[in-house]
Amino acid sequence: MGRYILKRLASAIPVLLGITVIVFLIMAMIPGDPATAILGSYATPENVEKINRDLGLDKPLVQRYFIWLGNMLQGDFGRSFSLNRPVLDEILDRFGATLILAGTSFVLCAVLGIVAGVVSAARQYGLADKAITFTVLIGISIPAFFLGMMMILLFAVKLRWLPVSGMYAIYGGGDLPDLLRHLIMPALALAAVATGVIARLSRSAMLEVLRQDYIRTARAKGVPERRVIYGHALRAAMVSIIPVLGIQAGFVLSGAVYIEIVFQWPGVGRMLVDAILKRDILLVQGGVVFVAACYVLFNIMVDVAQSLLDPRIKT
Amino acid sequence: MSAFLKLLFRNRLAALGAVVLGAILLLVLLIPVLPLKDPNATATADRFLRPFSEGHLLGTDHLGRDLLSRLLHGTRLSLAVGLAAALIAATIGSAIGIVAGYFGGRIDNLIMRGVDMLMAFPYILLALAIVAALGPGLMNALIAVAAVNIPFFARNIRGITVGLAGREFIDAARLAGLGHTRIIVSELLPNVLSTIVIAMSTTVGWMILETAGLSFLGLGSQPPQADLGSMLGEARAALITAPHTSVVPGVMIFLIVMSINLLGDGVRDALDPRLRSGALSRPRATTLVDRTGPVPEDDGKGLLALQQLQTEFHVGKRVFRAVGGVTLHVEKGECLGLIGESGSGKSVTALSVMGLVSSPPGVVTGGAVRYAGEDLLAMRYADLRQRRGENVAYIFQDPLATLHPLYRVGEQLAEAIRCHHKVSESETRERALELLRAVRIPNAESRLGDYPHEMSGGMRQRVGIAMALANDPDVIIADEPTTALDVTVQAQILALLDDLRRERGLAIIFITHDFGVVAQLCDRVAVMYAGRIVEQGPTKAVLAAPAHPYTSRLIACVPELGGGRRELAAIPGLPPSVDDLPPGCAFAPRCDKAQTACRQGEIALEGTGPRAVRCLFPEEAV
Ligand code: SF4
Repeated sequence: MGRYILKRLASAIPVLLGITVIVFLIMAMIPGDPATAILGSYATPENVEKINRDLGLDKPLVQRYFIWLGNMLQGDFGRSFSLNRPVLDEILDRFGATLILAGTSFVLCAVLGIVAGVVSAARQYGLADKAITFTVLIGISIPAFFLGMMMILLFAVKLRWLPVSGMYAIYGGGDLPDLLRHLIMPALALAAVATGVIARLSRSAMLEVLRQDYIRTARAKGVPERRVIYGHALRAAMVSIIPVLGIQAGFVLSGAVYIEIVFQWPGVGRMLVDAILKRDILLVQGGVVFVAACYVLFNIMVDVAQSLLDPRIKT
Repeated sequence: MSAFLKLLFRNRLAALGAVVLGAILLLVLLIPVLPLKDPNATATADRFLRPFSEGHLLGTDHLGRDLLSRLLHGTRLSLAVGLAAALIAATIGSAIGIVAGYFGGRIDNLIMRGVDMLMAFPYILLALAIVAALGPGLMNALIAVAAVNIPFFARNIRGITVGLAGREFIDAARLAGLGHTRIIVSELLPNVLSTIVIAMSTTVGWMILETAGLSFLGLGSQPPQADLGSMLGEARAALITAPHTSVVPGVMIFLIVMSINLLGDGVRDALDPRLRSGALSRPRATTLVDRTGPVPEDDGKGLLALQQLQTEFHVGKRVFRAVGGVTLHVEKGECLGLIGESGSGKSVTALSVMGLVSSPPGVVTGGAVRYAGEDLLAMRYADLRQRRGENVAYIFQDPLATLHPLYRVGEQLAEAIRCHHKVSESETRERALELLRAVRIPNAESRLGDYPHEMSGGMRQRVGIAMALANDPDVIIADEPTTALDVTVQAQILALLDDLRRERGLAIIFITHDFGVVAQLCDRVAVMYAGRIVEQGPTKAVLAAPAHPYTSRLIACVPELGGGRRELAAIPGLPPSVDDLPPGCAFAPRCDKAQTACRQGEIALEGTGPRAVRCLFPEEAV
């Protein structure tokens, strides 16, 4: 197992490099003089000269890439001019908030989605199945940012159950219950679409598996139906559900950008949007590379989970 | 009926989607002729008018602009941008995919590596990076959304193209001296076009949503121009004081995306015939029993007895009579062979015994199955389950498919024991070891921890047998247990079953298509054809003097027992489809001796003593 993890980590290196190349190339599309573009309104002659020196902007493209990559490997993601602090510091400060939000959402959508899909399959064409199918249809069609706004209207404004936005109350607060109260709505809004997709997939994966010969064997042995469905069938269905969890994690991470804006959640997504609007190129560049790298690592964890579940995967 | 309702329900949803989408498109197309106000005419005095107010059907926004007009204009813009993004992504992505698939080799490798890299991003990050480089704006948002969807098309289309590129017509075009471009445009493109269109229809909803999302963030359309996303984004500031300004564009996005989803699902379902035939329905825990006629009385014959058993498959309006009134019995310590070609109904007969025929579509429509006098078909699920494995156990063909791939062999054995008996973990393990040894698996101890895929076919089948023996059943139903194995292993397994029968007094129903196997193992044999028994009797007698023409053909298919190899005389023709049986003898179309009489009316299974045959002109009198 340890060797398998190492092998997967090693195979991630070219992907990570590819990511940096892609981000670098996209940023190279910036029209005009890169130094001026990066500095924006801070483009004093001294600053331009300094950044040309730091980033090698006056050098050829390939050389510039390696300077940039080398800096990043040393933990130097450059300096955000709009915030006047190192990019990496800003990202690290905010990444925790995004991790809490996206992580909670991911757990929610995985658990709710699989449960809904399995129940739906177990009671195919029953009332529960129809109710779930209908809810899923709504869930996957509603844009997360709109759902979030409607939740604010209902639960925060009308019913006054939950705070409107933010991560902690401004006065008092700061403890875990306070965080949870702030977390409920954004996490649910963010999880909605992924939950629907996972529920649909889990349902069809279960229906597919329930027709397999080994399910008939389990029944022939006298295994109780409950165990047939929630043991034998679910375990086999997980083999096709887990890779989709990995894909959906990407969608959750993407959706966090909208949800962080709607709920004023102090995470990386909001930082990125602000940075784009302020044309803070280095901050965008660093944030995108950082989050994409985290996603690649997460997918390795998904692969490892899959190999733990399925002994047929060569480790 | 319920399948029909389901289909209707599903089609209705698709139709609903089509209607909603059609209505939206119509409204948008009619914008030039509708009496709409100027979407950009501000009137600060009329800010935040509620819906249904004078002159403003949907009210006004924070600048007093007419919401209805802005909504329709915004919808038009969103649809146009989404569609344009889909077209661009489809064109570029498909071009990349076709090139990669057509040229293959290093080009393919390089391109697909790049595509994989792009897909390693959470996609909106990529879109954000592109917008960051190009600057906010609707055109740039469009480019970004199109760009991040290119890999999806490239990968899909490449897959199809790789399949096509190896086909003869492409080779022919090459030999005819056509250039690459000609071949791609005139030969490949027409063949992948439908896939492109399907991929577009599934992604256009997403792209509309994604561009709306970027606009919502303020990175797409810039004021005063507004698409649905930026309308929602601008309204957010007044979410609490004037919620209608948010609800109006939000609901519109929801309606568009949902109707596209519904339509897409409907189309996909309609194109996927597996869903239509109800094949993806979940099989119930036991076969559905719906007996119309009277239940036959217990005649006290045998330990396990089938009486006039009828099992049908109901697929849509068609009815397949897989088992048409089969009567059989097996005594303690006896081995009965049930023989026939595939499709003769022998497996369905066997599965019907313990309610293991998948339902839907299977239904037991008549007869009885008696174990020690009790009718299994009339039993509640909980009682039947307790008899499965405990009294009557199964051994199936192809143990790779019939053993659970993700459980260790030991776990599967232990489970068989523990779902009937409360025994401790260590006892279960002891018992599992004992079972593996009983079926002569070497190194039983270490084998317990193996997964099925780590064993050879013969070993797996032994595990299957061990599992059937786990609870010392009285009856074992073995459904072609040796078909997937090679000859030596087959002989070992047969010898094993024979020993077990003698040692434990097991009753075995052995299902096969091979008379050679029957000759080795079975005391009696029943021959099935088209869901009915056409001949039965002691194995020796039947082998020596088959009465039914079908039986003698089956016997002729076997190499002479003990003697040298004989020409394999395959039976010409195919077994009949059991949804449309002709009157009279089902074998008549393939029978040399068939006469007019054979095709008229029911032929009874008749005979004296233990032998019986269903034939008007048998080869031997019985
Ligand atoms: S009944 Fe007639 S057709 Fe059928 S097997 Fe006998 S001879 Fe042949």
